[in-house]
Amino acid sequence: MSSINTIIEAKAHVYGDHIDTDRIIPGKYTKTLDLSTLANHVLEDLDPNFNKIVKQGDILVAGINFGCGSSREQAPLALKQSGISVVIAEDFARIFFRNAINIGLPVLEIGKHNIQKGAELSINLKEGTVTDITANKVYTATKLPDIMIAILNEGGLVPYLNKNGNYTL
Amino acid sequence: MGQTISEKIISNHVGRKVFAGELVISEVDGAMASDTTGPLTIKAFKEMGGTKVFNPDKCALIIDHAAPSPNERIANLHKMMRDFAKEQGMRLFEIGEGICHQVMVENEYVKPGDIFIGADSHTPTYGALNAFACGVGSTDLAAVMMTGKIWLKVPQTIKVHCSGKLQDGVTAKDLILFLVGKLTVSGATYQAIEFCGEAFESLSLASRMTIANMSSEMGAKTGIVHPKGLELEYDFCAITPDKDANYIKTFEFDVSDLEPQVSAPESPDNVHNISNYEGTKIDYAFIGTCCNGRLEDLDIAAKILNGKKIHPDVRLIIAPASQSVLLDAMSNGIMATLIESGASLITSGCGPCVGTHQGVPADGEVVISAANRNFRGRMGNPNSNIYLGAPATVAASALEGKIINPKKYLL
Repeated sequence: MSSINTIIEAKAHVYGDHIDTDRIIPGKYTKTLDLSTLANHVLEDLDPNFNKIVKQGDILVAGINFGCGSSREQAPLALKQSGISVVIAEDFARIFFRNAINIGLPVLEIGKHNIQKGAELSINLKEGTVTDITANKVYTATKLPDIMIAILNEGGLVPYLNKNGNYTL
Repeated sequence: MGQTISEKIISNHVGRKVFAGELVISEVDGAMASDTTGPLTIKAFKEMGGTKVFNPDKCALIIDHAAPSPNERIANLHKMMRDFAKEQGMRLFEIGEGICHQVMVENEYVKPGDIFIGADSHTPTYGALNAFACGVGSTDLAAVMMTGKIWLKVPQTIKVHCSGKLQDGVTAKDLILFLVGKLTVSGATYQAIEFCGEAFESLSLASRMTIANMSSEMGAKTGIVHPKGLELEYDFCAITPDKDANYIKTFEFDVSDLEPQVSAPESPDNVHNISNYEGTKIDYAFIGTCCNGRLEDLDIAAKILNGKKIHPDVRLIIAPASQSVLLDAMSNGIMATLIESGASLITSGCGPCVGTHQGVPADGEVVISAANRNFRGRMGNPNSNIYLGAPATVAASALEGKIINPKKYLL
């Protein structure tokens, strides 16, 4: 992997099911190209403290249907800019999932889990494994389609198309 | 083996017979972005080496989410869109021309059998037209505009069959709210939905757009209404599924006794019969959006409000889905009826639905809205509560100052 770290070890911020994109970044803040504005308001209607406690490299963990609602790419951009290095969920809403990969934010779908707030996690993106060091448990993520792995390996869809000019399966 | 509508449309675009689960790179017929997604699209397009959009006649930018611009930051983003459209020779739909999905249909950017990709989650609206339409984010859309192609997984399809005819005063919005309640907000994630059966066959194009629009509230990749009964101003070749098409799931409902439906805070699938919420005091009523801002929606509201005044403690905001809808509503007297009842008319566009301006609720206020989403903070204030209902329900509730079944006003 060139642009994305393969091994990530960090602390988990854990939230629940159906976290919609309005909660990730409210619509009133989306109309900007300034990523720091997005990061300043990330998750503010869900957890007003998130922005103060998140550290570079931290991991976001959620339940089912993470990122449902709007198509706003500002949602994964806000998370990435705030320092989140990878999002893990039981499953994802489809547009959020594509958007995250397209901007080079790794996302892992691991099904039902019991990861607790503050857990220390070790993630191997190449193997698709999530180790909950605190609870001593290993989860295996659903394998991404090859084209998504290729996009992620380049760091996102912009560098992928810059290099290849078009899609290849 | 037989094919679903989605499998047929995608097959037609990739030049071979494909089925659910296959990954394909498909030709795309058209693409659009709004002022929420457009600026990031333009940035990504340039960064990925784009110079010319693949088909300027079938690509469009629409200024609808914050129109007219509420501040200098957004004004500058709008200018960036105008400059890009001019440079590319593609059309930019200006402030007030209408909501992206409405103007794409009115101006025939999308037609039956097409694959259309929009940088807006409600792009499945065009499933009303028997098209395969998906929402994506800005970078995906930039890639579509550059290459004329998209990679996608051919989706599995859920079939939703509704028998029976809707009662008078019960509309397409009540039907789709009912279905969102049954399937839930994640019930169709990654999948396509086909809507079929008697209940859909007599629906107008506008009502079919309301149905397909809320496919995205079930997480669907696309939602297509079977073309039986679809009437368009031009000839078209309808795409129907094969008899032996393979569906991942089938839902059957008899909707002949359906009563008006309400989605309570704070998720679109928190749907109940209106009788459960009748009497809930409201402060603010809103009719508009890509879901319910069309002529038939304003017409039913005008029938209810005709010659009456809305409740003194309620404000009613109307945002027609397009300038064309507004002109029709003006020429046949609907708009005058609404305004005389106390409604406030705002610019055609997304307006208060996306919480940027034009009607943000106050702390503790309760809104009844004809929109499609009631997530916390959706309308710009996380300390307000949003109920979703049909335009008839919103109009009747504005009259009485509380959520009410509109039936008695429609008999």
